[in-house]
Amino acid sequence: MTEPLLDIQGLVKAFGALRATDGVALDVLPGETHAIIGPNGAGKTTLIAQLAGDLRPDAGRIRFAGEDITPLGAAARSHKGLARSFQITSVYREFSALDNVALAVQAHAGHSFRFWRAAQSEEVLHGPARAILDEVGLGSRAQVLAANLAHGEQRQLEIAMVLATRPRLLLLDEPVAGMGADESQRMVQFLGTLKGRQTIVLVEHDMDAVFTLADRISVLVYGRVIATGTPEEIRTNREVRAAYLGEELED
Amino acid sequence: MRARLVLLIVGIAFLALAPLVATAFDQLFYIDLLRRVMIFAIAALSLNLILGYGGMVSFGHAAYLGIGGYAVAILAHHGIHNGFLQLGVAVGASALVALVIGAISIRTSGIYFIMITLAFTQMLYFLGISLDAYGGDDGLRLAARSDLGGLVDLGNSTAFYYLVFAVMIAFLYLIHRIVNSRFGMVIRASNSNEARTRAIGFSPYPYRLAAFVIAGAMCGVAGYLFVNHTAYLTPDFMHWTRSGEIMFMVILGGIGTSVGPILGAFVLLLLEDLLSGMTGFVGQHWQLFIGLFLVLVVLFAKRGLAGLLPGAQRND
Ligand SMILES: Nc1ncnc2c1ncn2[C@@H]1O[C@H](COP(=O)(O)OP(=O)(O)OP(=O)(O)O)[C@@H](O)[C@H]1O
Ligand SMILES: [Mg+2]
Repeated sequence: MTEPLLDIQGLVKAFGALRATDGVALDVLPGETHAIIGPNGAGKTTLIAQLAGDLRPDAGRIRFAGEDITPLGAAARSHKGLARSFQITSVYREFSALDNVALAVQAHAGHSFRFWRAAQSEEVLHGPARAILDEVGLGSRAQVLAANLAHGEQRQLEIAMVLATRPRLLLLDEPVAGMGADESQRMVQFLGTLKGRQTIVLVEHDMDAVFTLADRISVLVYGRVIATGTPEEIRTNREVRAAYLGEELED
Repeated sequence: MRARLVLLIVGIAFLALAPLVATAFDQLFYIDLLRRVMIFAIAALSLNLILGYGGMVSFGHAAYLGIGGYAVAILAHHGIHNGFLQLGVAVGASALVALVIGAISIRTSGIYFIMITLAFTQMLYFLGISLDAYGGDDGLRLAARSDLGGLVDLGNSTAFYYLVFAVMIAFLYLIHRIVNSRFGMVIRASNSNEARTRAIGFSPYPYRLAAFVIAGAMCGVAGYLFVNHTAYLTPDFMHWTRSGEIMFMVILGGIGTSVGPILGAFVLLLLEDLLSGMTGFVGQHWQLFIGLFLVLVVLFAKRGLAGLLPGAQRND
């Protein structure tokens, strides 16, 4: 059996009396797309935040590529190869799409104590940034301010920023949330092209997206993983149907 | 873009020619006035680097005005008049103090950041008052202006004017380079969206601290020039109202715009000069009118006066 790329043990995060993460154990294998589903407030975003280093767990351990990364902050984890997208779009609104991605490239191109040369004139930053914008389908929008991009384009831009850090593990928090049917289909298609090349943790409410993309699915309810398995196993799991999927898959 | 460039050139040409005109019409007072305005423009430019681009609302920027001033005055008091040495001490001491204040305050944010920077500057202010050897509360007459050898004679009003003018233009350009460099992009990105900045792999702290130190050192230069301008040092250099005044200049001129701080310094100080010189109700209550003006600008010009110029755009 292959070593998991990500290995989570006994993770706990409480907000006051509420245990948003309540003893989560989970592993993600190299190359797989591992979806995390669950009802609103189940603790999916809270889990992603702890994996990305934005939130510190109260207990538990996170191993990434064999190394304990629990004490590391978000920036350090980015350099280890973790990259997240946010449920609520998080881009630099007053920078162009190209500058947004170039910043992500720059973050992984040595220190930034360079005070004189204009970053916008640096082909080593903007070359790769343009290539990634092309890849996600935003090539023609490179010079547009992020604030002026459509919602779906901003989500694409965020994926481009994630990819620009050359991650080993993508943590995507509802990448198709708020998208129209067309946009969402294109995003799912694009994420499909990453399958196999990238390891992905995918939080998503859109069940079409989940069952199209996921190799394995974990179901989170009240901060606990109640089941992990292949899409087929999850679809037929009694407990899952009772707790969550029942109404979603009724039809 | 074009129109802005033309305006910039007109502005620079005006300042370059002003001493000649003032001399021709025997109105030397204006050389003094504009020199003072430009010194504050330098202070405002430096504050804008951290406040406008970095989002660090430092309410204690006058501290560095004071440290630059004290460096010159104390050295002069002890008979050391070498202007280059004084400049080195002024800049070095300002940078060092900014390093200490920044190292602590940048760990906080929001209202705490404002309060800590204010508190540190108040401490320095009261330290200045307690320095009896250097005039304490009353301050200290500058024994002699900084001696810059054959380079510039600071006793010559016009020559001094052109030095201040050159420093202001140089700083304007320097900051323009900085905010567009890799370093500047990190500073601005951290201001725009800190969570995103960490997520892509930057730790904002060391970059913010470096910006804070650069701004402090630059304002130290303003302090160096200011004490030579007034030829008299008092702890009031560091009074909190002075910090507020510099902040007003930045906000008035346009936060995070390149020429905004210069614009803000000119409008605020010239307006102060104009209104306080009036007779009657306006002259007596001129602060009221300044306050009213500031409120109006903040309410109706989101990006300050620079935002009203043609082709206004962030960061140019
Ligand atoms: N910073 C916080 N402080 C207090 N409570 C929080 C905080 N963040 C999340 N919670 C609570 O923790 C629980 C889990 O929230 P979380 O956002 O992780 O859910 P989620 O599964 O991502 O939900 P959704 O599907 O709506 O995005 C919720 O009850 C939420 O109200
Ligand atoms: Mg969520």
